[in-house]
Amino acid sequence: MNAPLREDAVRYQGFSPSRVGALVLRHVYLLRSSWPRVLEVIYWPLVQMVMWGFLQSYLNQQSGMLAQAGGTLIGAILLWDILVRSQLGFSVSFLEEMWSRNMANLLISPLKRSELLVALMSVSVIRLAIGILPVTLLAIWFFGFNLWRLGLALGAFFANLLLTAWAVGILVSGLVLRNGLGAEGFAWTIMFLILPVCCVFYPVETLPEFLRFVAWSLPPTYVFEGMRALMFEGNFRADLMIRALAINGLFILVAGFVFIRLLDSARRAGTLLSLGE
Amino acid sequence: MLSPESAPAIEVTDLVKAYKSVTAVGGISFAIRAGSVTGLLGGNGAGKTTTIGMILGLVLPTSGLIRVLGHDIGTERHRVLHRMNFESPYVALPHRLTVRQNLRVFGRLYGISDVEGRIEELADELNLREFVDREAGKLSAGQKTRVALAKALINRPEILLLDEPTASLDPDTADWARTRIEEFRAARGATILLASHNMHEVERMCDDVIMLKAGLIVDRGAPAELLARYGRDTLEDVFLDIARNRGAAAELAGAK
Repeated sequence: MNAPLREDAVRYQGFSPSRVGALVLRHVYLLRSSWPRVLEVIYWPLVQMVMWGFLQSYLNQQSGMLAQAGGTLIGAILLWDILVRSQLGFSVSFLEEMWSRNMANLLISPLKRSELLVALMSVSVIRLAIGILPVTLLAIWFFGFNLWRLGLALGAFFANLLLTAWAVGILVSGLVLRNGLGAEGFAWTIMFLILPVCCVFYPVETLPEFLRFVAWSLPPTYVFEGMRALMFEGNFRADLMIRALAINGLFILVAGFVFIRLLDSARRAGTLLSLGE
Repeated sequence: MLSPESAPAIEVTDLVKAYKSVTAVGGISFAIRAGSVTGLLGGNGAGKTTTIGMILGLVLPTSGLIRVLGHDIGTERHRVLHRMNFESPYVALPHRLTVRQNLRVFGRLYGISDVEGRIEELADELNLREFVDREAGKLSAGQKTRVALAKALINRPEILLLDEPTASLDPDTADWARTRIEEFRAARGATILLASHNMHEVERMCDDVIMLKAGLIVDRGAPAELLARYGRDTLEDVFLDIARNRGAAAELAGAK
């Protein structure tokens, strides 16, 4: 028989936006209290944009294909940064809980696994906005490149990159939960594993035949191909975005499943009480 | 408040936790009466923290059943987590957040309707006023314990699990923390499960003591009962008898 609730006991509820908000608030407080964290979020996208921007300016002075290819460099690097920064925003927020030895407190609170993940997704968007928004505006000022000019297409690119970043972030978080902070290196490096095959700077046709299948199994490839189609031909490839969305849906489902399995594995191994130590 | 006749607040049946070559908990069963303070006593590696971890759902048992407030922790954990809380010096609160920010976050996580009011209450009850707006990472050990206790009490839990709550505290601060926990229990009728190495603490606070050794319950009773059974003056001597299998402990073990 279940014990009766005391009058003032808070009641059980399903998915709670309020609990998601509580965890988001925790990370907003963290960012507000630490300017080095904010600087870290901004400085790398800024450095990338400036470096690739100068290269693009140089290539634009050339003629033919080189100039055409150069025209997409800043766009490619900004979209790549959206992907990397979103994943890092997710993973670093997760790691913050591990570094501060707070994860056990969260896991014994009423916060559900789904709420934890949605909160980390929300924080990744906040961190991305802090890092990328000023850089896109500076790109207009420095190099006359306006990412926002892409309009609705940018929305489709952004959504797909964000979904991929979250799927990877969920996977990395599961690995860290299961294996402890020894696995945190994945958070910083895993995205660069797919950099050569998701064709950020060159078309898929550049890859050898056997790698093209791998490339087309990664949603970011569709985004970068879509960006080139838009910038070279003025053609928004909705078909590419829909395919990317479908693969992303699958990625998120698989990542969520793996995360739950890794969390259960950590509970079986009894490592959650000593997390962060 | 729950009546003494009601179902046990915590009920553990045939609980086993085995790792590859080590059995941390070897098949224990116990029930904890609602409103009582029960001590889990045992040496290092006796299985105290693992047992608490399983009750919280942080550690999955190899086999056995845990019911908290009537809910199976294996399948209905989220129906009861908001009615429980936990304090241990081995987990921490985010260092960069102030005490108030931390309590606000956890108050919202636990669905407290008047979080700011609750923070004010806790600030008065636990003397947090002088540092409530200071970063948690910049507090002394004693202040951190008070804050950890505030977090553990934020939802006025019906079940409070404490894992060595006064470890590394000076005697004065430790005594202060015990008094606050006793006051909370008296005011709210909470059920408390306390794992501790501090015999004085267990003797003072607990109605009932479960003695663990190598993952098994070797004895159980009120502190006065245990003292009488082992013919000792202090729980520390009882603990040493059991740990070293000497005196009455050896005879009792032989009789079993």
